Amino acid sequence: MERIFDEELKALKGRILALGGLVEEQVQRSIKALVDRDSDLARTTIEEDHRVNRMEVEVDEECVRLIALRQPAAGDLRFLTTAMKIVTDLERMGDLAVDTCERALELNEEPPLKPYIDIPRMADAAQRMLKEALDAFVNRDAALARKVCRDDDFVDDLNKQVFRELVSFMVEDPHTITRAIRISFISKYLERVADHATNIAEMVVYMVEGRIIRHMVP
Amino acid sequence: MPIETRLSPDLHANASTEALESAMVEIRNLSLWYGEKQALKNISMDVPKNRITAYIGPSGCGKTTLLRCLNRMNDLVDGVRTSGTIRIGGTDIQDSALDVTELRKRVGMVFQKSNPFPKSIYENAAYGPRILGASDRRELDQIVERSLRGAALWDEVKDRLNDSALGLSGGQQQRLCIARAIAVEPDVLLMDEPCSALDPIATAKIEELMIGLKRRYTIVIVTHNMQQAARVSDITGFMLMGELVEIGATRDLFTNPKDRRTEDYITGRFG
Repeated sequence: MERIFDEELKALKGRILALGGLVEEQVQRSIKALVDRDSDLARTTIEEDHRVNRMEVEVDEECVRLIALRQPAAGDLRFLTTAMKIVTDLERMGDLAVDTCERALELNEEPPLKPYIDIPRMADAAQRMLKEALDAFVNRDAALARKVCRDDDFVDDLNKQVFRELVSFMVEDPHTITRAIRISFISKYLERVADHATNIAEMVVYMVEGRIIRHMVP
Repeated sequence: MPIETRLSPDLHANASTEALESAMVEIRNLSLWYGEKQALKNISMDVPKNRITAYIGPSGCGKTTLLRCLNRMNDLVDGVRTSGTIRIGGTDIQDSALDVTELRKRVGMVFQKSNPFPKSIYENAAYGPRILGASDRRELDQIVERSLRGAALWDEVKDRLNDSALGLSGGQQQRLCIARAIAVEPDVLLMDEPCSALDPIATAKIEELMIGLKRRYTIVIVTHNMQQAARVSDITGFMLMGELVEIGATRDLFTNPKDRRTEDYITGRFG
């Protein structure tokens, strides 16, 4: 039996996906602004963040409305609680894109420290995790969600590698310290983006299977 | 898979509710026919002591029939045939030698529509104990007060105990029926849609009352109102066409039911 509630849930899913798509773009632009040393792009990306924030509030309010009026149970309830949690993760990823842009603006004021190699790799991996987490959400695909959780290690390892490399720069030449620390922040931001994608994937497993896999050793 | 093997892991998962292991009612392979029509199909489950167990399911699923088996109310229906066993506190209640009046003292019942006797409030609460032989006025006074307090009605009626019960509001009448049922200190209290005729405030009072009463009694409730089952019960069983489809801790059943049919029913997709 098709319910009016199903239409509302479908519309909500559409809004979450629109938010997810916007966050993907924001992360992508922030890295492009960094790698291409494009300060204009960094500034417009920062300005766009209010759209992410607005959409997050809208989804949140819609979830509260549906919980109050539809009194969801079982799969519907798990979908709505998942939705409320993952929009928070998406919004934070948007904030991390802003942070990356701010560091990019600072870095663009100084000569490049070195060509970016691992940072774009991290960004690619983190963005793929985000995309796959959202795909898993849409398609209720717990297997894909679990893959996203596993992929997090790759980004964590890259973050450590970037850190070690930056330390060696700083040890050799103290003039690099300011830039190296800024780049190290960006590496950490990307590592956090991957963590948020992992959170989303974990919630998808909960939504699909009713099983909480957070805080578990895989 | 038999219901009881499915049930136990769910229950043991809730270590905080240790009394769940103690079954007040044990139902095994219970089937019931109204003439040719089978209304209950091979039901096996335990009703844990001092818990509220709720049965939900669409009209005609057999939940009221199952409830009525527990105090042999179905004996009153022509052409009813049952198989399987029901034990309450270890006693086989299907035994033909069993004194049904004694059974109904141990298993009280509250119905959908409040049905106080056209007598005073006092006499309603004193009715069961009188039948069972209490005649001492002081003893009866104590029982009446204790029962009315137990049903959260005492403060509202203590100054007019000799007024007719029919002058009470619907919610008060229903609480009087609960007082009448608990006056004989039953082991089990059966409630068949006890709030369906009540407004939300009166419903909330009965629900609060039920949660308080489970300290002393084992409560089994049948309800169409799934939110009510979710609010008051510890264990919920979902029935469909005479079958107990799924039973487990209420919080699990309403967040993560195992059976597709349960999911469809509690999310309103049924039919």
